[in-house]
Amino acid sequence: MSSLTVTGLTKAFGATQVLDGVDLHVPAGSLTALLGPSGCGKTTLLRLVAGFDDPDRGVVALGDRIVVGAGRGVPAPKRGIGFVPQEGGLFPHLSVTGNVTFGLPRRQRADRARVRELLALVGLDGDLADRSPNQLSGGQQQRVALARALAPEPSIVLLDEPFSSLDAGLREETRQAVSTALAATGATAVLVTHDQAEALSMADQVAVLRGGRLVQLTDPRTLYRRPTDLDVAAFVGDAVVLDADVRDGVASCVLGRLAVAGEQPDGPARILLRPEQLRLSAPSPTALTARVSAVDFYGHDSRVRLDLPGGGTVAARLGGVDLPAVGEQVAIEVTGSALAFPAAGPVPEPAV
Amino acid sequence: MLRPRVGELLWNTTRLVLGTVAVCAVLGVGAAWLVERSSVPGRRLWHVLLVAPLAVPAFVNSYAWISLLPGLDTYAGALLVVSLSYFPFVYLPAVAAFRGLDPALEETARGLGLSGWAVFRRVQLPQLRVAVLGGSLLVALHLLAEFGALQMLRYPTFTTAIYDQYRSTFNGPGATMLAGVLVLLCLLLLLAELRLRGSRGYAGSGRGAARPVRPVALRGWTAPALLVLAALVGLALLVPLGSLAYWLGSGASAGLDGADLAVTTGSTLALAAAAAALTTAMALPVGWLAVRARGRIATLLERAAYVGSSVPGIVVALALVTLSIRATPWLYQTVPVLLAAYAILFLPRAIVTVRAAVEQSPPLYDDVAASLGSSGADRLRRVTLPLLAPGLGAGAALVFLAVVTELTATLLLAPTGTATLATAFWSASSALEYGAAAPYALVMVLLSAPATVLLSRDTRRGLTP
Repeated sequence: MSSLTVTGLTKAFGATQVLDGVDLHVPAGSLTALLGPSGCGKTTLLRLVAGFDDPDRGVVALGDRIVVGAGRGVPAPKRGIGFVPQEGGLFPHLSVTGNVTFGLPRRQRADRARVRELLALVGLDGDLADRSPNQLSGGQQQRVALARALAPEPSIVLLDEPFSSLDAGLREETRQAVSTALAATGATAVLVTHDQAEALSMADQVAVLRGGRLVQLTDPRTLYRRPTDLDVAAFVGDAVVLDADVRDGVASCVLGRLAVAGEQPDGPARILLRPEQLRLSAPSPTALTARVSAVDFYGHDSRVRLDLPGGGTVAARLGGVDLPAVGEQVAIEVTGSALAFPAAGPVPEPAV
Repeated sequence: MLRPRVGELLWNTTRLVLGTVAVCAVLGVGAAWLVERSSVPGRRLWHVLLVAPLAVPAFVNSYAWISLLPGLDTYAGALLVVSLSYFPFVYLPAVAAFRGLDPALEETARGLGLSGWAVFRRVQLPQLRVAVLGGSLLVALHLLAEFGALQMLRYPTFTTAIYDQYRSTFNGPGATMLAGVLVLLCLLLLLAELRLRGSRGYAGSGRGAARPVRPVALRGWTAPALLVLAALVGLALLVPLGSLAYWLGSGASAGLDGADLAVTTGSTLALAAAAAALTTAMALPVGWLAVRARGRIATLLERAAYVGSSVPGIVVALALVTLSIRATPWLYQTVPVLLAAYAILFLPRAIVTVRAAVEQSPPLYDDVAASLGSSGADRLRRVTLPLLAPGLGAGAALVFLAVVTELTATLLLAPTGTATLATAFWSASSALEYGAAAPYALVMVLLSAPATVLLSRDTRRGLTP
């Protein structure tokens, strides 16, 4: 297992600049999620690392070994990189065994015990070994694809939206199996995804890509709590964004006076709260009162949308019990501190 | 002096091509829909029976009909006989296309309130367009090149006229002029196909698990559908086989030279196998480039193969005769020249199937194999070829089938003293010795049969789920 270092990676397809000077370091043994909306260049980045395409500029290094850039170009078969494509990409003409042992030296391909071991690693029964790929469920196909990628003990594993084609229940189960297998092998892994929940829950660090550039690289908690700008904030979770005036570390806004985390110069600003920071209670004369305009009930939790008296709406995230009714008046309290951002720039659409 | 003759030939050829293409398209698409998408009983059996006419060469089919009904030497007779011989060329790609259709599209259309007929017309037919056009083009080109069947039906077209000219004046200006007009016709056809097809390919996103399609219930229409299929199979298969059996019986009394038949069969097999291997090997890079490196050069290569082969066998043979006599007299009437003619004539058949197979194996598999440490040559052996094998096999089978029954070019180019089944059959039946011709026809049918079964199975299993 080795680390992955990408420096100044640039790639254009025709006139379209897909990657624009991306720097990224993935420590050995960690799982890094590449998060971004469709078309942000994350899959291209993965393909450049794997060696399926060549970058226009920039360097990719595995550990100390430069695989592309600085006048070197190691072809894909010599890189020792495991690749798990979307929907598995299992070879249709080979059985599960044939797929899993594809990357092993010829002598080891007949080793049934090794196949069982690899299937067990991804949480699959050894009885599947003789099936053909079209006899497997989507989740099983993904796991076999991971076993196939892990079999030659690659220095790093790349996963390209491996769960996006699975339905919700299967996705969670497959995610856990993949996490477990990656942890058990201590593999360095890069996971491409456009699903922020997947990135936050699985990864050790998250790299947010936007328009071909890396906008933030940090651990999931910091990403959620201290996003680098309001766009990232709205992309990684629901956001409550309000205009405010900051004086001496306190922001005055429609929800009252809120403590601001970190250094922030005095003056007008936009502040960010997360919906779960809003608490609702019975109306009282001292607190701000708002009207409930809608309740989205999800079972495990719910989102309550509130019309503020001065105009504007905010959303609060509550538990699944004790929900207010639509039309009810409630008092809003804020827990924790707000994050302040410069006032310039358009308001991001709240993530739904 | 030739001008009214050219006009007459042009009229004969055009109306036969238009009529046959129309009949074949209706028969091919209709039968494909019944077999693939309807509840008609015995769909697997019907599929084999509908491909089976390919095992009976058109000139054997026409010999079978004309020897029973000498009055068939009319336009209607020619239309009937060649349509029955050629409709599988539309049927096969239509079946493959029906199988490749995403049922979700039809369900979506139904959900939007379209009736069954509207779904066929507005959703399925547009997607079948490429397959049906390709099949129709094959039918039309075959017809322009058809010599044996039409000569036997005494229906004069350019090809038969060229042959007669060649026989009487060897390589005179008359034959060359007629050949020029014929080649122009073929090129016109190719251009028309090019414009109709458009440059757009159908791209599917997602290769999810295959869902079996629920066949359309025919209910009260089951009996008529069965009747139509039975009539088609009866006319296209039972009539020629029955006629052949009849002539075999009456010819047996005349005595059969077994050794002659064995030698002829052997040389035919060897020629067909060599041509199939050569042609498929040539089709592989062309089909590959046409899909993976879509661009001017790839298209040019593919089109060049089509243009070369759209030239009828009689013209290719004449050209090779002239060329080998002028440039390489030591090659004149040798096997390499004959193989070259086969390769020129049958390359597109192999390309069509190879190309389809390449389309079925996306570059993703190549990437995955590369990431697993597999080198270029290793990938070719372990991924690409196995994935393409069904397509390559089908392509080789098509070429093999074509060579076993090739008549025109073989008549002109075969080394002196070398007879193939087709030429031996031809010399007997031209002399109206129907009984003596029958054994050769039978061997041709028997040899073609396995390749035909293979063909029907390949689309049945195929790479498409």
